Amino acid sequence: MEIVIETPNSPRKRKGANWEKYGWMYMRISGAVLIVLIFGHLIVNLWDKGVGAIDFAFVAGKWTNPFWQVWDVLMLWLALIHGTNGMRTITNDYAEKEWVRKTLNITLWVVCGALIILGTLVATTFDPCIDPNAVNYLPTVCK
Amino acid sequence: MSAEATTPVIAEVPSFAVTLMVRRYNPEVDSEPKWQDYDLTMYGTDRVLDALHKIKWEVDGSLSFRRSCAHGVCGSDAMRINGRNRLACKTLIKDLDLSQPIYVEPIKGLEVEKDLIVDMNPFYQAYRDIKPFLIASDKPEKERIQSAADRERFDDTTKCILCAACTTSCPVFWTDGQYFGPAAIVNAHRFIFDSRDEAAEVRLDILNDKEGVWRCRTTFNCTEACPRGIQVTRAIAEVKQAVLRGRA
Repeated sequence: MEIVIETPNSPRKRKGANWEKYGWMYMRISGAVLIVLIFGHLIVNLWDKGVGAIDFAFVAGKWTNPFWQVWDVLMLWLALIHGTNGMRTITNDYAEKEWVRKTLNITLWVVCGALIILGTLVATTFDPCIDPNAVNYLPTVCK
Repeated sequence: MSAEATTPVIAEVPSFAVTLMVRRYNPEVDSEPKWQDYDLTMYGTDRVLDALHKIKWEVDGSLSFRRSCAHGVCGSDAMRINGRNRLACKTLIKDLDLSQPIYVEPIKGLEVEKDLIVDMNPFYQAYRDIKPFLIASDKPEKERIQSAADRERFDDTTKCILCAACTTSCPVFWTDGQYFGPAAIVNAHRFIFDSRDEAAEVRLDILNDKEGVWRCRTTFNCTEACPRGIQVTRAIAEVKQAVLRGRA
């Protein structure tokens, strides 16, 4: 039997630019950073007095410190993009129709973008002393 | 001396009963594949391929499957045996769980043509796409010299027999037939890390495709399925690292 290699050395047809390499790198780097951020978050919030100690005053008190604002915003951005990109990968695997795939992917990124904008807005414009009449429920800095 | 005196006493080879459930499909008659069971008497030295031969030669001649060398070299008879991709010629029946039937079905992710025969063309196309041949500009008088250490670098991936056991065990390939698949990447690895080859960058560029190495989810199904013991997932990881570096 004759073996035919069709047009050897001809460049393979490419379908536009692709960001898969950067997506792959992002997943690894954000994953490593998120392990530190999430476990740091869990330890700081839960280690001492458990979940019962988390109330408005606790969260508001944390967000009076720019360090925790940056920490939480970073966690928000990294985790949402990490999770959305993971979901995109699954969609690309399992959506057989092109329009279904596109619709799901666009929906994913719109939701991700909206959550990032809302979350960032809350964390950066937050007023810890929201109601001067309810001093007992506010962090100590408001008293 | 009489003939009886020199004839050694040969004990009967122990045999056992086994039920084979084979996934049958005849495109001219069936609308769907169906399971068919065969009760056989087999021996301790028999492989799944021997059982299939017994069915084809003694029970039902219409059973179709691929096989060639029957000794684990040609890679023709990869099939899904008890849910795992194996070569029928390298799987001893006595090593399987004989308390229940042995399930034999075609490898997944490629279109079934008849019984255990699948259309291998998409698999071979991915193989062709990674340029599985030496690309070198020099024209040496004799052979191209290579050190033992340089040869060792890609030794593992030279063992591939293109049986498709790895690619058709990959869950990404099952759902996305466009993915190059482990076997194509393994064979690209064989040339990318060959010191005599000059087209590593070309192949790395090909595998940096949307359907290239980044599709790999490191589930290790391929490594487990490989009848040649190639560390497939490791080879894919090395190609990923090489793509990031931009060179072998």
